[in-house]
Formats: sequence, structure tokens, C-alpha cells
Amino acid sequence: MAECHPVAFQWVVEAKRRGATIVHVDPRFTRTSALANIHVPSRVGGDIVLLGALVNYVLSGGHEFREYVTAYTNAADILPADYQDAEDSDGLFSGYDPVTRTYDNSSWKPTGERDLTLTHPRCVFQVLKRHFARYDAELVQRVCGISEADFTRLAGILVRASGREHTTAWVYAVGWTQHTTGVQHIRTAAILQLLLGNMGRPGGGIMALRGHASIQGCTDIPTLFDLLPGYLPMPRAEDETLDGYLTRLPDTGFWGNKRAYLVSLLKAWFGAAATAENEYLFPLLPRLTGDHGTYRTVLNMIEGGVKGYFLWGQNPAVGSAGSRLQRLALAKLDWLVVRDLAVIESATFWQDSPEIATGELATEQIGTEVFFLPAASHVEKGGTFTNTQRMLQWHHKALDPPGDARSDLWFAYHLGKRIRARVAESDAERDRLLRSLTWDYPESGDEAEPDAEAVLQEINGSGPDGKLLNGFGELKPDGSTRCGCWIYSGCYAGGVNQTARRKPQSEQSWVAPEWGWAWPANRRMLYNRASADPQGKPWSERKRYVWWNEQNGEWTGHDVPDFEKTKSPDYIPPDGAVGPAALAGTDPFIMQRDGRGALFVWTGLKDGPLPTHYESAESPVVNDVYKQDTSPASVLYPRDAATSEQLAGHAATYPYIFTTYRLTEHHTAGGMSRTLSRLSELQPELFCEVSPQLAAERGLENGGWATIISARAAIEARVLVTRRLRPLRLADGAVVHQVGLPYHWGSEGLVTGDVVNDLLPFALDPNVLIQESKVATCDVRAGRRPRGPALIELVDSYRHQAGLEPLDSWTASTQEGS
Amino acid sequence: MTANRLYGPLADVSGDAGYAEHPQRVGFFTDTSVCIGCKACEVACKEWNALPEPDGDVLTLTGMSYDNTGALGSNSWRHVAFIEQPVPANGHAGELITQQPVDADGATRWLMASDVCKHCTHAACLDVCPTGALVRTEFGTVIVQPDVCNGCAYCVSACPFGVIDRREDDGRAWKCTMCYDRLRGGLEPACAKACPTDSIQFGPLDELRAVAQSRLEELHAGGETQARLYLDDPDDGIGGGGAFFLLLDEPEVYGLPPDPVVTTRDLPRMWQWAGAAAVVLAAGVAVAFSGRRDTA
Repeated sequence: MAECHPVAFQWVVEAKRRGATIVHVDPRFTRTSALANIHVPSRVGGDIVLLGALVNYVLSGGHEFREYVTAYTNAADILPADYQDAEDSDGLFSGYDPVTRTYDNSSWKPTGERDLTLTHPRCVFQVLKRHFARYDAELVQRVCGISEADFTRLAGILVRASGREHTTAWVYAVGWTQHTTGVQHIRTAAILQLLLGNMGRPGGGIMALRGHASIQGCTDIPTLFDLLPGYLPMPRAEDETLDGYLTRLPDTGFWGNKRAYLVSLLKAWFGAAATAENEYLFPLLPRLTGDHGTYRTVLNMIEGGVKGYFLWGQNPAVGSAGSRLQRLALAKLDWLVVRDLAVIESATFWQDSPEIATGELATEQIGTEVFFLPAASHVEKGGTFTNTQRMLQWHHKALDPPGDARSDLWFAYHLGKRIRARVAESDAERDRLLRSLTWDYPESGDEAEPDAEAVLQEINGSGPDGKLLNGFGELKPDGSTRCGCWIYSGCYAGGVNQTARRKPQSEQSWVAPEWGWAWPANRRMLYNRASADPQGKPWSERKRYVWWNEQNGEWTGHDVPDFEKTKSPDYIPPDGAVGPAALAGTDPFIMQRDGRGALFVWTGLKDGPLPTHYESAESPVVNDVYKQDTSPASVLYPRDAATSEQLAGHAATYPYIFTTYRLTEHHTAGGMSRTLSRLSELQPELFCEVSPQLAAERGLENGGWATIISARAAIEARVLVTRRLRPLRLADGAVVHQVGLPYHWGSEGLVTGDVVNDLLPFALDPNVLIQESKVATCDVRAGRRPRGPALIELVDSYRHQAGLEPLDSWTASTQEGS
Repeated sequence: MTANRLYGPLADVSGDAGYAEHPQRVGFFTDTSVCIGCKACEVACKEWNALPEPDGDVLTLTGMSYDNTGALGSNSWRHVAFIEQPVPANGHAGELITQQPVDADGATRWLMASDVCKHCTHAACLDVCPTGALVRTEFGTVIVQPDVCNGCAYCVSACPFGVIDRREDDGRAWKCTMCYDRLRGGLEPACAKACPTDSIQFGPLDELRAVAQSRLEELHAGGETQARLYLDDPDDGIGGGGAFFLLLDEPEVYGLPPDPVVTTRDLPRMWQWAGAAAVVLAAGVAVAFSGRRDTA
């Protein structure tokens, strides 16, 4: 956190000054570790064992917050008799199909019965206990290399800092997410937090640190292929009608108002053209037919199925896993548009990519027409950032962008205008959506800059009279309201840009509701009904946050209650109730269909209802817990990932783990930092961090060079020998070395270096298709890498040892569409 | 006005320099125990003061942990040191500062500290400057006036910390001004403004010393018995720093002199000796001449 979020880390320092204990779990001793109270070095890829052992520690020691767990989670739900846990079948749950690598979840769905004593052998609480029973301190030592003493210390701190009077917060970043089991890492933390009563309460929660400014915003109003704004799912090919599509969302809880959210969105997009008769043009929306994620798209490019590509502030030639494949893919396009602040590697791959040097690509044979369009930076345009707290903060334009640089809004809007002009006379059905769009934002200045506040107003939503809405509660399912993103409704409440508020902390309450605006409804903490007990009284005076005021018959507190304001704690829903009315006055998790925190998730996850330890796609060790070695549902593309099964018996070829990360001094793929001398001079060269023991084993010298070889590439880096990295002792005394590799460098900019992401496989989490870039295997040898075709020969010599095909046949077969 | 003094405690450094009316003396308190090594201070300093930018092709890794700045210099007025310090197997770094868990090889802790010009109460650089380019400001800080500096570099050899440095291209001496222009405008220096964890604190020196003392006590209470203040004492060899530090170990660990003394401390004595020598010489000459007269 100190490394990548130094500004946010000030609050950790502040918490520490006030007496909080800061624990940092990380394979490396980083700038965060330096300021924490305790650093716990751990093997990358072992997180579910560590977190699962904490769950087991809580359950077996009776440390759970029992009243919270019984009332607010699905611990009491009874599972069907045919449910089989990973414990029963050596790492697989019931319903698994090994051919499709998918689960049928019908045996996971709770029966509807509940046992509030939590003793029924098939209730979630007991299943959870059994599931994690083998995850103990000894297993943590065997899998993660954390000593039993360190684990016990960590567990003790966690338990002591949880309960009625105390809360613990977990903070994570891509060290948890970028794994084939990424979603399940956060799931395990969620289980832990629910058991300890740390959700919906001040000082609790799980905070996701984002990788860039407004990454939260770009999932809320998504750049993701499978979502519509406000976490409505993208329609699939089989969703022919609006009614049919809506059955995919719950009827109960706040998703029960799904029709109002969707219809208002379609009205915002298509205005008068969207009517009840034409299902608000829903049937014309594009549909998903399968995996359209970024890695699948790259493979489609290589296979020749993609003509053009837009890159907006993204540099896959350096920043995405398997960058070599990314560049080979770009070379197969007809056209490529790169919008960025500086000329980046993704715009220059055709002249200076490593594949030109190896002879795999030749400039004169690349047909891709590349358009580089300079982009305005955030200070050169107005708009909002949405941070990890779901808080929107407006930033004003400080100066005009230089030269031809334009804002993203300008580009999208004027591109849309030009495309619409092309189809204005068309009567083709495929052009109907484009022609129906409301595309009329006010423009100003010489460059006809669209008005960003007008866009925010459209997102906020308006009523039939055109008046701005005050919140999503005003949205109607009948087409009389418009709203570009239901969760953002209210950001312009009262006709005021709420996101531009900057009242100092000293002039308002400690929750600071008048700084910016947080979705939904300016709530600063989600599910805060859980800060009070079932009767509506605060669990403790110390942790008082939101409570039921009996006299006034309403919820009140420091924050906007995340609950229907006048729903009494003793409200019991009538049979057959739908929407929010279907949830009781004691159900705080109002976005869940049952209003309860999900210890067990029966629907929505593709790799199992409970987190289970699997080894990473590439790992030098085999799964110590189950026969099922790696994630049974992870998405692996043909021939790319050399899985640990494939490498079984060849671990000696790629004996070390490497992990990639960022440094404070640079930003992601370097487009925003390697172009600036002030930052470039602070970290001028790519380096690898190795322990003194590994340095001795491989003859590496501090300040010298090392070549790092994976199954798909070899790169060179300067060597930093540091005691901050230490070998970990695993099961049966096996020692594992971890190599640290920051990934900021490429061929452009003031400081250049090899592309670390070239080393990584295309191995993805099945739920969200995030790549496993935190862990893979390699060899390290002293000295610089070979130049030219000899580089490929080096990689192939390793592949040969490991029983893999040569790289060129692999690339060729990928190009043939294997 | 009292006579200038070159050594020892000095209550009113600006008054001593001739300012009849002047603001409170201000300074930096750098609490290294909360430094996260982000180097925002280095960048903010270079940006605000428009320091020259290096050429990309000369930038190389130093191999000294995460420090690629190396030292304070004419173009780097803040420098964050990174010290990877072995802790013996039985070593304990206290409750507040973390180290790796101890194993057979002991453990490591990572000290980070942002160094800067100390704006000494007795500033040798200023004392030796023959052109008057180095001056004491009304805030009690020490700055170089580039338009007066003739590049003689007396100040470079006089600084007990090796802070002030000549630029190779223009030959003149440069160092931290404590953002004199910002102070004049009522703003805090750029480095302190940019520091996310308040490791660099700016304010009236008296107040900072009190803050530092209570932080030190907090650390001692938490078991960080090696924590200490550096250059906070008006009785030290430079009369106390206008910039002082909280360190977690000996100053030498951070590359700082353990007991710095203003290099002009002995100047009066040296002049006395020189004067005495001159008298003796003159007397000898006189004797020699008188002797000759005697023999004439």
C-alpha cells in the first residue's frame, strides 16, 4: 500500500499512531512492511491456505461473533443432501464436469430450511467448519512457509481486534486478485470478516486498492465486456426479451427494482425512441456469445478474427500478461488506434518490439495501420474520479491540453457524432441503435468540448419533467425516468453537482458526508445496518454508527443508513413479497436476495461455493491439500500456460517463483512515468530482487545482470541482492526462492528495459477473467541475455528440457487457431 | 546588536544576522520513523525549484537498495536514503518499527530517511562565503543568491555535512532554500507539502522541537530504545539545525556525521594564532632590522 498508494497510506500511519496494529502479509519486505508492526513473508499463491487457516482458527476456537453470524449471515442455511464438499472429493465440489471444466451448481442451492442453532450437520456453519478443518498452522507452514509461531501471533491479533468493541479492516490490491483463484481470495477474506462481525461496522470491511485512478469508476460504468452500467449484467445471446433478461437478477432485495434500473438506463441512452412497445430497444442491444475478454480477444487477433483495436490509456505491449503474444496480436490487425499521453510501446511495436530483434516480426511485413492520437491528461479536462470508497470527486480543468491532445470525452463524443452522421440516412436495422442514441451534449470552446457536467447529469437521471432526480429511489419501471447509472443517481441531487463538494473535515462530522459524493445515496459505508444489533441498537457505544430510533420510527446515525429508512427491526416480510419488502428488518445485506452475508455462495461463482486451495497455474510445488492440483475451472488457453501438471517432474527447469509488482516511482506500463525525467531518474532500470541465498546459488552479483527465463520468454535485468527477500521453507524442508520483478519498463521513454510481462502465461480466474500475473515459474542465470534469434534458442532449450514444444511451433499453432 | 558569534547556542539567529524585526525561525523536523521512501519530497523539490533535469541516457541503477539519487547535490536538494539493516538473530526492533521475522539468518529492517540542508544555526558555508552570496534570511534559514555567487566553492569544503555543491555546467553553488519564495508567500516548503505521511514537518522551530520530543518519548515507550533526535540541540557543534531529524539508529547508519562541528568554530582562535604569529614575525623582523642597525 505504501508502495502503490502512498497518499492513502497516510491513513494507515495515522491509524498506527492511534494504536492500531498493522500487519503486512507479502512475499517481499516492501516499503509497506517497513512501516507495519509485523511483516509476514509468505509464498505467493498460498493465500487461501493462510486465510482459510484464520477461518479455522476462528471457528475451532469459538472466536466468531455468534449473534452477528446467526442473524446476519447464511450460516444457518441447510444445504441439500447431495452437496459434496471439496473435502469429500479431494478438491472438487459436486457438479463438476472435467470435460468443460465447469460446475453445475444445482446441488449447492440451500434447501430453504434454516437451523439457528447452527448445529445441523448440513448447515453452512458446519460445512464451513469441516471445509477448513485441515487448514491449520502446520499446513500454513507447509504451503506458505510461514512459521507456526508467526501464524499464531497473526491469528491472535486478528481475533483480539474483532468483536463488539473492536473491528479489523483488510486491505488488498492485485496481490490477491491477479491469480487463477483471485475471486476466491477475496471470498475467504469476506468469510473471515463476516464470522468476526467486521462488515458494515466502522473500522471494518474489506478495502480493494485499485490499480489506477478511477478503476472503481470503470467497473461502475464499465469498460468491462460483461457488464452494463450499475452492475447490470450484459445481455447474452439467449436473452431475447427484456422480461427474460430480468429473470437473471434476483426478485428480492434491492435488485428487485431491476426493471426500473434497466428501463431508466435504456431511456437515458435512447430517449424518445425507447418505448414500452419496442421493449425500450432492449432487443437490439449487442449480446454476449461467449468469452469476449481481453485475452480471448488477443488470441482472436492472432487467429485473424479482429480487424481493429482501440487502446485508451492502455499499453498491452508492456502492461498485459504475455506481452509477447499481445505484440504478435497487434501485428495482425488492420488498424489500431492508440490514445495516450505519450508515444508508447503499443504504438511503436512495429518498429522496435523485441520480436523485430529476434526476427519473429519484420516491419515491412506488418500490415497494421497505427493511429496515434494524443490524449489530454486529467488536469486538462473536467470530470470525476471514483475512488475505492465509491466516492466520486469532481476535478476541474486547470489548463488547456497541448496541441492536438483531446479529452477522452471529446474523442468519444465526436467519434460518435461522425459515425452517426454516416448512418443518418440508413434504414438498416443494425444502424437503428446508433440512430436512436441521445447524443446531444452541449459543446463549448474552439474545440467543441462536450460538457462533462451534462454527462454527469445524464448519469444522475431525470424525471418526466426533465428535473434532475434526487436518488435511485425515484426511478420508475414505466419509462418515465431516465438514468445513465442507477447507483450514481443522486450525484446531482437538488440540481447541484454533489461530487464537487469540498467542505473541509474540520467543518463537518468525522464521516465527512459533504466531501464529494459516494454511491449509493451518498453512503460512506455499505451495509451499515449491520453496525447495530438485530433490535437496532449499536453493538457497542464505541462502534456506534447507524441505529434505530424507536421514537421517530426511523433509522438514523452518523452515515446515511443503508436500509429502508422506516423499516422497523421487527418487520417480517409477508409470504411472496418481492423487492426490498421481501427482506426482514434484520437483514442488512440488502443487495443479496436473502439479505444475509454469504458465507456460502451457491450461485454466481464458477469455481466452487467455498474457497479452496489450488496451486497457481505455474508452481514449483504440487498441491499439498488436495489431489486436484490447480483450479479446476481456471481459464487456460491452449498451449500457452505451462501448468504445474505439465511441468510435473520438470520443476528443475523452472525452479523459482517470480512475482511482478509496481514501484512507487513508476506507474504501470510506464507511459506516465518513464516519459518524465523526475520519475525516471528515481528508478532508472529494470531490476530483479533476489535473496543472498539465491544470488549465491546462481552466482548473481548486486548491480550485475541476470537473465530470467520462463516457458515463454527470457529477459534481462540488473540484480538487487537483498535480505528483504528470503527463501521460504515449505513442506518437508523444501526451500522455495522467490524472485521479485517490477514491470514498468519497455522500449520507449527516457529509461528503457525488457518487458517483464513477456514471462507470464495467459491463465485466468474463471469468474472475472483476470490474469494470473502475481505468480509463475522461472530460472535465473547470471549475465545478460542473448541478442537476436539466439534469444529464442535459449527459451527453446528450456522448453525442450521441460518437454514443451519449441516456441515457434507454439506461436504458429496458435496462429492456426489451435 | 551583539557581535557575531561563530559557535554555541544562539537564541535569535535572524536578529543576530541583523534583522531588527523578523518572523519566527522556521525549520524542518524530519521524522524518519514514518518515512515510506516514496521520494515525493525529491520530486516536489525539483519541480518547484525547477532544478535541471538529467539526460535519460546517463541514468543507471546504483544498486544501493532503492536509492538512485545517491546523495544531496547541486541538483538534488532532498535525498531519501534507504538502509537495509541486518538485525541480529536476537535483535528486537521494538513494537513500532517492523522488521522481518527473525530466522536463522537474523532479520532485516529497512530504514528510510529524507535528508536535506540543515540550515545550521552556525552555518560555515555562510561564514566563509567571500562574496556575500550566502545569506541568512529573515526566517533564520540560509540561502545562496545565485546572481552573487562567483563559484569559488569555499562553502563546499566548509559544510560539515557535504550538502552544498557546485553545478558542473555553471560552476555556482546550489542547495536547499527551504523554498524561500514559498515562505515569503506564506506557503510551506514543497517537500513538506508533498510528504504524505508527515515525515517532513515544517513550522516554527521551537514548536517542532516540542513535537519531536513527544514523538521520541512515544517511540521509547514502544521499545524503540535506539530512536534519537539529531541536530535538535542548540548546544551541539552547529548550534542546532534549522532542519533536524528523528533517527532510529546512529547517525553514521544514515551517512550523517555523528558529532558535526561548524568548520569555522576555530576561526577566531585561528585568527588569534595568525595574529600572534604575525606579531612574532613582525617583532622578529624588527629585531633583525634593529640588530642590523646596531651593528651598523
